[in-house]
Amino acid sequence: MDITGFIPTGIEISYLVATALFFIGLKYLGSPATARQGNTIAAVGMLLAVVGTLLNAGVVNYSVIFLSIAIGSAIGAIGAYKVAMTEMPQMVGLLNGLGGGASTLIAVAEFLRGLPAAEVPSIDSRITLILSILIGGITLTGSLIAFAKLQELMSGSPITFPLQQPVNILLFASFVVGSGYFLTVPKDELVFLGLTAIALILGVLFVLPIGGADMPVVVSLLNSFSGIAAAAAGFVLMNNILIIAGALVGASGIILTQIMCKGMNRSLSSVLFGAFGGVKSGKG
Amino acid sequence: MSSTLIAALFVFLLATLAGAEVINKVPPTLHTPLMSGSNAISGIAVIGALLVAGNPGDNLITILGAIAIVLATINVVGGFLVTDRMLQMFKKKETKVS
Repeated sequence: MDITGFIPTGIEISYLVATALFFIGLKYLGSPATARQGNTIAAVGMLLAVVGTLLNAGVVNYSVIFLSIAIGSAIGAIGAYKVAMTEMPQMVGLLNGLGGGASTLIAVAEFLRGLPAAEVPSIDSRITLILSILIGGITLTGSLIAFAKLQELMSGSPITFPLQQPVNILLFASFVVGSGYFLTVPKDELVFLGLTAIALILGVLFVLPIGGADMPVVVSLLNSFSGIAAAAAGFVLMNNILIIAGALVGASGIILTQIMCKGMNRSLSSVLFGAFGGVKSGKG
Repeated sequence: MSSTLIAALFVFLLATLAGAEVINKVPPTLHTPLMSGSNAISGIAVIGALLVAGNPGDNLITILGAIAIVLATINVVGGFLVTDRMLQMFKKKETKVS
C-alpha cells in the first residue's frame, strides 16, 4: 500500500484510537487515584485526533489553521495558568461556552458553503443544521451568562421580568415555526440567521432566572449541552469522532449533573424552573 | 433518511449509552474536575472547525472556521490544563489530610 492510500485509513485509525482514549480518560477521571492520569490520556486522544485531521486530503489552508491553533492555544494556556482556584466553576463555564460557540459557527459555515450549490441540501442536513444551531447557540450564550453570574459581572440572584414565560414560549414557538419553514425552503439565509439569533436569545433567557448558588449545576448541564452540540456538528459534517466524543460528554454530563443535584438535595427541575414561577419566588 | 444518517445515529446511540455508563459513584471533590475534563473533551468541535477552515471555500467560510478553531482550541487547551491544575491541588489536599 503506497502512502496516499494509507493516509485516509490512517485518519480513521487515529480517530479510532482517540475514541478509546476519550473513553478510558473519562473513566479514569471519575476515580481519585487515576483522575489526573485520565485527564492526560484524554488530552493525548485529542492531540491524536487533531494530527489525524490535519492529514485529511481536503485540508489545504494550513497557514490559517496553524495561526488559529497558535492563538487559541496561547489564550487557553495563559487563561488556565492565571485563573484563581476559587474561580474554577466560572472558568469551566466560559470554556464551555466557547466550545458551544465553535459548534454553532461550524453549522453556520456549513450552511453558507451549501448556499451557492445548485442542488438543495438534503432533508437530513437541514434537520442536523437546525439542531446544531439550537443546541450550540443555547450553550454559547447560556454559558456566558453563567460565567457572568459566577464572576459577579452581573447579579447572581435570579433575574425575572414580567411576561417572562410568555416571551420564552413565543420565542420557542417562533423557532419551531422558523424551523418548519427552513425545512421546506432550505436556502433562505435570513431565516437561518434568524433561527441562530433566536437560539442565542433562548440561551440567555434560560440561565437568567437561575440563582447564583445553583450555577455549578447549570454549568454542568451546559457542559452536557456542549457535548451534544459537538455531536450535532458531527452530524452536520458526518464525522464519527465528533459524534462519539460529543455523545460521550453529553451523556456523562447529564449523569454528573444528576449526581450534583442529589448532592445538593435538589431536583434538576427545581434548579431549572425554580424562578420561572416569578411571583412565587419571594423568599423561597 | 439516508443510510449514512442511520449509521451515524447508531454510533451516537452507542456512544451515549457508553457515556451514561462510564460515570458512577464520583466523590464530590471530583465533580468539578470531572466536569472540566469532559468539557475539554467536548472541545472535539475543534476537529469540525479544522475541516471547515481547512477545506477550500469562500473567505467568509474560512474566517468563520478560523474563529471556530480559535474558540475550540481555547476550550481544549484551557480545559485540559485547568483540569490538571485542579487535580494537582486535589492530590496535595489528600496528602495533607492523611
